[in-house]
Amino acid sequence: MNGIAQQPAAVIPVGVAEGTPLLDVRNVVVRFGGIVALQDISFTIPRGLIVGLIGPNGAGKTTLFNCLSRLYQPTSGEIFFDGHSLLSVPRHKIAALGLGRTFQNVALFDNMTVEDNVLVGGHIQGTSGFLANAFKPPYVRREEAALRARAGELIDFMNLGAYRRHRAGGLPFPIRKRVELARALMTRPRLLLLDEPAAGLNHEEVENLKGQIHSLRDHYDVTVLLVEHHMNLVMSISHKIVAIDFGRKIADGTPDEVRREPKVIQAYLGLEA
Amino acid sequence: MITTNTASRLLTAAALIVGIALPMVLSDFHVFQATQMMVYAIAILGLNLLTGYNGQISLGHGAFYAIGAYAAAILMARFELSYFVALPLAAIICFIVGFLFGLPALKLEGHYLALATFALALAVPQLLKYPAFEHWTGGVQGIFVNKPEAPFGIPLSTDHWLYYFTLAVTLLVFVLASNLLHGRVGRAITAIRDQPVAAEAMGINIALYKATTFGVSALYTGLAGGLSAIVIQFIAPDSFTMFLSIFLLVGLVIGGVGSIPGAFLGAAFIVITPNIASDISKAATGAVYGLLLITFVYLVPNGAWGALTVGWKRLAGMTRRS
Repeated sequence: MNGIAQQPAAVIPVGVAEGTPLLDVRNVVVRFGGIVALQDISFTIPRGLIVGLIGPNGAGKTTLFNCLSRLYQPTSGEIFFDGHSLLSVPRHKIAALGLGRTFQNVALFDNMTVEDNVLVGGHIQGTSGFLANAFKPPYVRREEAALRARAGELIDFMNLGAYRRHRAGGLPFPIRKRVELARALMTRPRLLLLDEPAAGLNHEEVENLKGQIHSLRDHYDVTVLLVEHHMNLVMSISHKIVAIDFGRKIADGTPDEVRREPKVIQAYLGLEA
Repeated sequence: MITTNTASRLLTAAALIVGIALPMVLSDFHVFQATQMMVYAIAILGLNLLTGYNGQISLGHGAFYAIGAYAAAILMARFELSYFVALPLAAIICFIVGFLFGLPALKLEGHYLALATFALALAVPQLLKYPAFEHWTGGVQGIFVNKPEAPFGIPLSTDHWLYYFTLAVTLLVFVLASNLLHGRVGRAITAIRDQPVAAEAMGINIALYKATTFGVSALYTGLAGGLSAIVIQFIAPDSFTMFLSIFLLVGLVIGGVGSIPGAFLGAAFIVITPNIASDISKAATGAVYGLLLITFVYLVPNGAWGALTVGWKRLAGMTRRS
């Protein structure tokens, strides 16, 4: 995976952004008691792109992210995923729709091996229940073999071969992040939500991550939304950026447009606009 | 190189050979004790599925053991069913009861679930004595079950036949549990314990899995209860006090939380230790038992099975280096 680390940034590929957007966030408002966490947020994520969501601490990025993964229910507004309303889908059915995610502080199954963690990502690809798993008829063995083959592929893709049988809880943070990414890919997502993937990584690891995000988009045909503090990462790999501050959208466009937007500069540097 | 999989198969085969040969060298009383150990091992495995693998604490599994025992005894004594039929029926009844108990228990986390299950352990023996149910349960008198003879003219004494019958059931249900835990469903059960939010994001229906795991856990422990009714041929409410629930938890922790073979070691502890304690001092069995328990927990904090695997790995590592 080292060869693809140095890719040129953000040229929107021809043809991929056409048709209805994959994700369509419309007028989302979130209030916690009297506090307005998100005020009338609207944006779209076109198919096949890498979209960055930025904003200073406390801007509402994580709140928005949690609306997308159904941890929070917006006070009002709508979210459409591939034309379906997301807000009426129970949390455990989000993955089957094609939404995969990683977690800000890495939420692995610590007492399970790396391989088993990735295999759990394949849960929705299987159908076998309790009885079938206890008696293991041939179709369950085939299902399991197919899952293991794909998990092996993703473990190799994320360079995790050496840790396959290691307990996930004992691994260093950057490796845990890669396990999480492999697990998310195992769900066969169409939209991959990455919550601060660069947090806690050093410079070299961030460069690696860039390459991995590019190649997973190319290999696995996923659209990516990344919520990120790391400006260098977002600006260099996103095709499109949405910036929010104090719960409001302040910019929405290409990295260059967003970089020049006075409100963004003000939000990050605190200058008078 | 020996993989974990082959190692566990070899171990199972070895244990099975020992299991088959055991009655030929043991006295009848010890055969009976060995039978009881297997019964408790199944009960502990049931508790392990719920508490060890799924992370739901139960202080009341003695209640499911009691329900299984009464269901089997009533089916045999009142409906005159063969134990071959009564036992699986009792297990299914316990699955249903466990599943239904597991549904409202979804709202309870950690210590609160422990209390709710403890309430079950307190309530069930009382209900079994309740006069309105006496026609079925026999009240404080309990129920006698006919001595099950070996079928098809197999030339075995009842004690030996019951031993082999229990061995066969034990082998079957342990293999099934091992299959369950090492596949898609087992991974989901364990994932819920480790990280419920992430498990749900991977598409696991937590409510369904937790309630079903509760049902399967109750099925195992209830099956053990049913077996005990067949093996002892008599049941009464006082055999199923809340101490039974506590002893099952003791067996789980001693054997090893989250390990399948550990159930046998835990069962051995709860069957043998009281005898050792009364051998040492008839006047203070409780104190000796307590002392043995503390010593054990202090010496092998990860359970007996955990200690054995660590010891084995060290030994294997040493031989490889030399």
